[in-house]
Amino acid sequence: MSVQVDTSDKFAEYAHPERLVSTQWLAEHLGEPGLVVVESDEDVLLYETGHIPGAVKIDWHTDLNDPVERDYIDGEAFAKLMQNKGIKRNSTVVIYGDKSNWWAAYALWVFSLFGHSDVRLLDGGRAKWQAEGREFTTEETISEPTDYPVVERNDSGIRAFKDDVLAHLGKPLIDVRSPEEYSGERTTAPAYPEEGTLRAGHIPTAQSIPWGKAAAEDGTFRPRAELDALYRDGAGINDGDDVIAYCRIGERSSHTWFVLTHLLGLDSVRNYDGSWTEWGSAVRVPIVTGPEPGTARSR
Amino acid sequence: MNADTLPPALAEIRAEFLALEQKERLLLLLEFSNELPDLPARYSEHPDLFERVEECQAPVYLFTEVDDDNVVHLFVTAPPEAPTTRGFASILVQGLDGLRVEEVLAVPDDYPNTIGLAAAISPLRLRGMSALLGRAKRQVRERRDSSAGAGSVR
Repeated sequence: MSVQVDTSDKFAEYAHPERLVSTQWLAEHLGEPGLVVVESDEDVLLYETGHIPGAVKIDWHTDLNDPVERDYIDGEAFAKLMQNKGIKRNSTVVIYGDKSNWWAAYALWVFSLFGHSDVRLLDGGRAKWQAEGREFTTEETISEPTDYPVVERNDSGIRAFKDDVLAHLGKPLIDVRSPEEYSGERTTAPAYPEEGTLRAGHIPTAQSIPWGKAAAEDGTFRPRAELDALYRDGAGINDGDDVIAYCRIGERSSHTWFVLTHLLGLDSVRNYDGSWTEWGSAVRVPIVTGPEPGTARSR
Repeated sequence: MNADTLPPALAEIRAEFLALEQKERLLLLLEFSNELPDLPARYSEHPDLFERVEECQAPVYLFTEVDDDNVVHLFVTAPPEAPTTRGFASILVQGLDGLRVEEVLAVPDDYPNTIGLAAAISPLRLRGMSALLGRAKRQVRERRDSSAGAGSVR
């Protein structure tokens, strides 16, 4: 029941070309049976200002997080969400969003925790669709309720927790935040609201590769050769490596997780969603300040 | 929080939000977003006067004026792709503009957390509105203190 894949030349170079669709492909396939388009943004009102015709909205903050526990929703809540959004277990889901697909990649990663098999990103996201003058509508999307099954979330393969990261020190670890966040510089002044962490800096041994380096000016993913140069040649990451990526709450690192997993084809990449908001405040975990990765202290 | 200490415009905006269901609160925020006034010409040509609000991930700039009658005017600019921030800014412009300096400084810092938006948009996002309010108050305080002159206490 999957909708055919986008066979663009650009995508053919990636390890898993079936994980991306172009704006042209989406325009041609809108309304096709088996396809559900999802908008997932940082800005919670953007969808309401106009969205791709027929797209449904899934908000990472309010839809995918457990309301009381710092965790994602469980299988039952995910099934209910899918049922309400008209998504079947075998639907082809194409996700797009603002900010070069930060939040779209985050939603895709959460879909992957539930093993939804055919979930893709719109290369270039919302901005590219808009820049090309394609149609937006404010018309409400009415979804036919589905019978999506309850599937238990599986955190084992692509999600890392704090203790996993502690045990991982010495293997490839990527900090995808800005250089200022990485080094621990702070631009704060009296009476300014503060980020909710007690310490500034990065996890020992983490390499700084800001997530945005994988995106071109128009928000599309950089071509395969450039991504190889960035992560393989630049950061020394190889096939077979066990890699963990993190940021502040796991959203920017989802973007990097998508690049390493689906575009470069690494088999063992985990996203540490606790990220700096947890690590920077956790008791008895080491941090490093300044521009160098630093070393793992033996404990 | 005591509603009596809240300026009438902010109290009215809060009542408007609290009277609605969660989903409708989003649409009301969108209405505010669409009502954010354009900058007057004297400012639209002078972005240098404005302060960048770092806590908002979109490029958002804020500027306050205190006129000779001690009345505050607030100007905020935010791009169309940041409708939530525009909504926050618009609430504050409508709620604070035309108040006296003391009234602005007396607005509770936690006002953004009291208008029923936490569940609709997530508490984390409300930080952007707290940042706007905090900066507006700080600018007003600085302008008051600098115009008070050398003989002022503190």
